[in-house]
Amino acid sequence: MSDDLRAAVAAGVLGAEEGYRALLRSIVEVARAIFKAKASSIFLLDEDADELVFEAVAGEGSETLIGQRFPSSTGIAGFVLVSRQPLVIEDVLADPRFSRETAESTGFVPKGLMAVPLLYEERALGVLEVLDRPRDAKFTLAEMELLGLFANQAAIALDLLQRARRAQAALAGEGELDVLARVAAALERRREEGEPDSALRLLVELEKLL
Amino acid sequence: MSTEEEPLPAWSLPAEAVERIALPELWPGQITREWAWGEATGKGVRICVLDSGVETDHPSVGEVQQSVAISIEGDQVIVDEQDTAGDLCGHGTACAGVIRSLAPECELASVRVLGAGYTGSGTVLLEGLRWAIEQGYDVINMSLSTTKQKFAGLLHELADSAYFRRTMLVASAHNMPVESYPWRFSSVISVGSHEQDDPFAYYYNPKPPVEFFARGVDVEVAWLGGGRLVCTGNSFATPHIAAIAALVLSKHPELTPFQLKSLLYLTATNVGGGK
Repeated sequence: MSDDLRAAVAAGVLGAEEGYRALLRSIVEVARAIFKAKASSIFLLDEDADELVFEAVAGEGSETLIGQRFPSSTGIAGFVLVSRQPLVIEDVLADPRFSRETAESTGFVPKGLMAVPLLYEERALGVLEVLDRPRDAKFTLAEMELLGLFANQAAIALDLLQRARRAQAALAGEGELDVLARVAAALERRREEGEPDSALRLLVELEKLL
Repeated sequence: MSTEEEPLPAWSLPAEAVERIALPELWPGQITREWAWGEATGKGVRICVLDSGVETDHPSVGEVQQSVAISIEGDQVIVDEQDTAGDLCGHGTACAGVIRSLAPECELASVRVLGAGYTGSGTVLLEGLRWAIEQGYDVINMSLSTTKQKFAGLLHELADSAYFRRTMLVASAHNMPVESYPWRFSSVISVGSHEQDDPFAYYYNPKPPVEFFARGVDVEVAWLGGGRLVCTGNSFATPHIAAIAALVLSKHPELTPFQLKSLLYLTATNVGGGK
């Protein structure tokens, strides 16, 4: 099967982008709650533009940030992405450039942040950040591990989101393939509803003809 | 350092050649930190920080002998030996500051391999490492890694060539369940974090691939604009080991990476260095 055909079938059954966005939002909300942080966000790497894009945000600044972009190698998120190394920084205010950049774009200036790369197989897909967790105790490696676990989950969700987008993109402008997506989606719906698989049997007959 | 006129065959040791490989110094039965690096300052040792650049006039970093930037244009590798961009993140300055604080008289060089975007960053990392190895630095601090499988073979070759050329690569381990390089190679010293405050506390890990743990939690480090921050990450544990390696090499310049790694093992806090 060609990539386009595969994408067309996948587009029908992968589910809507909204579902994956909701999953990402849920991940940042849980991350924020677990670390008792003021905010948490996920950045997706747009490889074509070489930019990081705010994909999900929980907490302060959440309304305005989605979709904002910045170059993929600037700032702490950029470093974490390119170096593949998680980083925890306290007293971010002491970094004049960081606070200016953030204040300009979000109106929210954090004092501390945890940033971890989102790695799936051999690709770096983005960055998860947790901002301003309470600083009442020494940082522990157990927290770092927890952050890593969240990052793993977020990376899987980002991978699914990217697959869904690629599948949709492959369909754009391919009117004839669109029917495959619709058929796959309809079959999936019938299976979920427990409908008899007469349509599937029809397809099996069609395959024999082909 | 080896000074013999005729090179020995690499695969065998003729009886008459035994004396030619006599070591210049015998190690005492009990290796102590005092013997390994007592009174050492890192003087005469050249350390390269392969990172985001280093802020050259930072009070916690002091003199940076060389600032180089690696970039790629088309198929061309561009080496700018007079890089004036400084540090694009703060991270390289942090690593350099840690090294300076432990090895105050070492020579520091910055090779910037970050800042040109995500695309192509693996190639820049590879070429930066290649360039640094060719310069013959004694220690290369790499608080970064790549997950791209296609670079693994080339990085492995480079790590081995560094090992045989007496350049000690010290690289940050990953604390996430991913395959990344070059820290996993055995010709490299890989470093993870422990939670203690002592910059000279380091542990040998009897269950590699991570070989050593050094201070990496709540470390006060140099940052941009002459400032300081408190940071956590294996990135900051790595320069602790790089600096201690520099101390050892400044006192025992004849050591090969194999010997240096063995000495770090023997003086680790959980082996003999805690006594």
